[in-house]
Amino acid sequence: MPFIPHTEEDVSAMLASIGANSIEELFDEIPAELRTGTLKNVPPRMSEMEIARLMLERAQQDGFYLNFIGAGAYEHHIPAAVWQITTRGEFYSSYTPYQAEASQGTLQLLYEYQTMMASLTGMDVSNASLYDGASALAEAVLMAVRQHRTSSRILIPQTVHPIYRKVVRTIVRNQSIEMVEIPYDPVSGQTMLAQLEEAGQTEFAALVIPQPNFFGVFESVDALTDWAHSKNALAIAVVNPISLAMLTPPGEWGEKGADIAVGEGQPLGIPLSSGGPYFGFMTCKQPLVRQMPGRIIGRTTDIEGKEGFVLTLQAREQHIRRSKATSNICTNQGLMVTAATIHMSLLGPEGLYRVAAQSHANTLTLIEALTRIPGVKKAFDSPFFHEAVLSLPKPASVVLDNLKSHGVLAGYTFDDNYRELDNCLMVCATETKVPADLDKYVELFRQALAC
Amino acid sequence: MLIFEHSRPGRYNYSQSPATRATKHNIPDKLLRQSKPLLPEVSEMDTVRHYTRLSQKNFSIDTQFYPLGSCTMKYNPRACNSLAMLPQFLSRHPLAPEDTGQGFLACMYELQEILKGVTGMAAVSLTSMAGAQGELIGVTMIRAYHEARGDTARTEIIIPDAAHGTNPATAVMSGYKVVEIPTDEEGDVDMAALKAAVGPKTAGLMLTNPSTLGVFEKKVAEMSRIVHAAGGLLYYDGANLNAVLGKVKPGDMGFDVIHMNLHKTFSTPHGGGGPGSAPVGVAERLLPYLPVPIVAYENGAYRWLTEKDRPQSIGRLSAHMGNAGVLLRAYIYVRLLGAEGMHRISEYATLNANYLLAELRKAGFEIAYPTRRASHEFIVTTKGIKDKTGVTAMNLAKRLLDKNFHAPTTYFPMLVPECLLIEPAETESKETLDSFVNAMKEILVEIETQPDMVKGAPHLMPLRKLDEVKAAREPDLTWTPT
Repeated sequence: MPFIPHTEEDVSAMLASIGANSIEELFDEIPAELRTGTLKNVPPRMSEMEIARLMLERAQQDGFYLNFIGAGAYEHHIPAAVWQITTRGEFYSSYTPYQAEASQGTLQLLYEYQTMMASLTGMDVSNASLYDGASALAEAVLMAVRQHRTSSRILIPQTVHPIYRKVVRTIVRNQSIEMVEIPYDPVSGQTMLAQLEEAGQTEFAALVIPQPNFFGVFESVDALTDWAHSKNALAIAVVNPISLAMLTPPGEWGEKGADIAVGEGQPLGIPLSSGGPYFGFMTCKQPLVRQMPGRIIGRTTDIEGKEGFVLTLQAREQHIRRSKATSNICTNQGLMVTAATIHMSLLGPEGLYRVAAQSHANTLTLIEALTRIPGVKKAFDSPFFHEAVLSLPKPASVVLDNLKSHGVLAGYTFDDNYRELDNCLMVCATETKVPADLDKYVELFRQALAC
Repeated sequence: MLIFEHSRPGRYNYSQSPATRATKHNIPDKLLRQSKPLLPEVSEMDTVRHYTRLSQKNFSIDTQFYPLGSCTMKYNPRACNSLAMLPQFLSRHPLAPEDTGQGFLACMYELQEILKGVTGMAAVSLTSMAGAQGELIGVTMIRAYHEARGDTARTEIIIPDAAHGTNPATAVMSGYKVVEIPTDEEGDVDMAALKAAVGPKTAGLMLTNPSTLGVFEKKVAEMSRIVHAAGGLLYYDGANLNAVLGKVKPGDMGFDVIHMNLHKTFSTPHGGGGPGSAPVGVAERLLPYLPVPIVAYENGAYRWLTEKDRPQSIGRLSAHMGNAGVLLRAYIYVRLLGAEGMHRISEYATLNANYLLAELRKAGFEIAYPTRRASHEFIVTTKGIKDKTGVTAMNLAKRLLDKNFHAPTTYFPMLVPECLLIEPAETESKETLDSFVNAMKEILVEIETQPDMVKGAPHLMPLRKLDEVKAAREPDLTWTPT
């Protein structure tokens, strides 16, 4: 029997101990009229050899593409050691570290992770992760509203990832929170300050500040942070962790720094993998720590004075506070954070900087070459990090389809999310692209527009 | 020793990031970082050694028996991991066109169909990233359903007192008031209290069945009639689905919406606290509200259904497609089991639980609900031991660590004093269960002969009992260089 070790002898002995005649008898408390007959839609079992062949066929059917799509999920090189260590059974198959003495490995690793993320974002404290970047932003919004007390209005620029905005709406929809969207400047691709000023005339709890924003463009983060604080509101930063090797961290934005920073942790050693599992990170300033959702690890000592680690500040959490918890969240993305921590250790500050700088330089080089093609322009005139929007003389689908037939995924198109960016394409070239890849892309792009 | 304490300025791994520092950039100076982030500067070998050593400080299913109630700690088959990590699956971008991911989408579609089959629900969405998010989706759909009918007077969700803490937390997050109802002496929901609680304000009932007390709610059909007659809907918390898989379907019990924890019943890894995954299934009446994306099969190809196809959908819960890699592992697992394997899961999980109950009862432990069959888990209460010797359930749990067993779930559910919730999953052999019983017997003797030693447990772990009060009063949450 797959994954069940019992022999017939075992079963007889166990039933005898129980005092039952059959396994079936153990289900005698389930009313007969509720019992299931045969299962529909469930195929017969496969052996490991058979499922291996099926999965390999399906993987090969999907194949490999040279990928220039970013839009919130980024291809980066992941050192071999990251997932070899992460998938060790002691990490992979361990439970949530509620029994601290039997979980010091995971707990210490999470403490190291918290230290790395707090420093990377320039904040005081970090939790042990949330589900993904989008849900982390939703939790940050809820946290800001709890902290602010008098307002539940949130100002959120349309330069924040469109799916993040949708996810936030889904998660907070029944908590009487008003999400006010702020349009962007069609020339710069940055949040429109005049519209923001107008929206800020009514009290609000927080302003969300993306850096770089969804278009890859840099926002005026210092001014935005100071403006939010001048209105007695919180500043929530949404950041790409790789970019922070180069960019001013949110904790240092403006006079006092942002209050909460969140983002998608995927670029830190997590494969693209069709969208998950990833992890969301959240860091904040010290005074907000007791409003933070999710698991937090603290360093302490045992009764003999030896250093150790435990889950702490649990009075915020659902298993203690039930209906009064800061969130219903009950997991972190433990295994993903394990990978990210090992990834950051292997890269160190220099490696992470090189990845960021090379990704930025590659995209810059690519955009320069593409904008030399007649009719191809940058959609926005602001500087960008490792992703940029191009406006094309033809529908973007022409380029997409053509490059796809050559095994290249050309980029992200905006569909219904930004109707005004109809003939636009967003392109990302991380450090994984070598000069020959960029040359190939430019040549295919030129051909696609020429036909 | 922390990884930072292995760090030496200037130490760097040359092979794993770009060969040079790119200098070409157009980032304005005022946006450039001035300080170096506090990341370790360590060699690859030091990193590998450090984290390998840390891993060895963990208990895990691969190394120990985990009789953790309500957590279903079963073996995680290796094939599920290695096949989900085929490089083509790992490198697929979530926004890549559908026609470049038909192999992946076929797996997702078939998983939806199989989960429909085993739960008896009309449709399934895979997007939820954890049990608690599955609950949020479920209760949000219940609310959307009432609102679409203009039925806005429903402001309450009824939840039994034995429920997981996530249930009331979720109901509040969804804008509802929680009405808690008690449990009767037999471990079932108090029917009189339920009848008194339902009414025109009832939006729904959240129920785990078998309950967290380790017993099957026999009157579930009647509960369903009562709640439905009052206009409310029924939510099934699938935390304990492993106990009844293939034996009874939530759809047949009258539930309108359910979540299934893939990291429990479908053997995806717990990973030290995540990632989870909790697909949501619905009855016909909630189908329009299911979160997107959902995989459809049309004209010979798979595609995502989005807000355009499902205008009444409650929306999205993750940036892309939930925990896709976890879903692949669950898919591989259900194909390895097949239809016949589904029944066996609940059969052998239940056999193991009832055997362990019988053996522990014979050893002298008090069973919280002695007249009932165990589902796939059961509760031992050590209140008698505590009253007599002062040794608590937590002391006993910590002493089990010394004997190389992970502790059972302690102090949950909260309504049973000094409670140990014990769940041996179907993948454990009789020998393992017997050795656990022996360890429990030894501890009983130790409690008699040297209670203070037991109170001071653990003794044989790398660390003794940790000071949690100090951790909370003087939070030390990040390391700072001295």
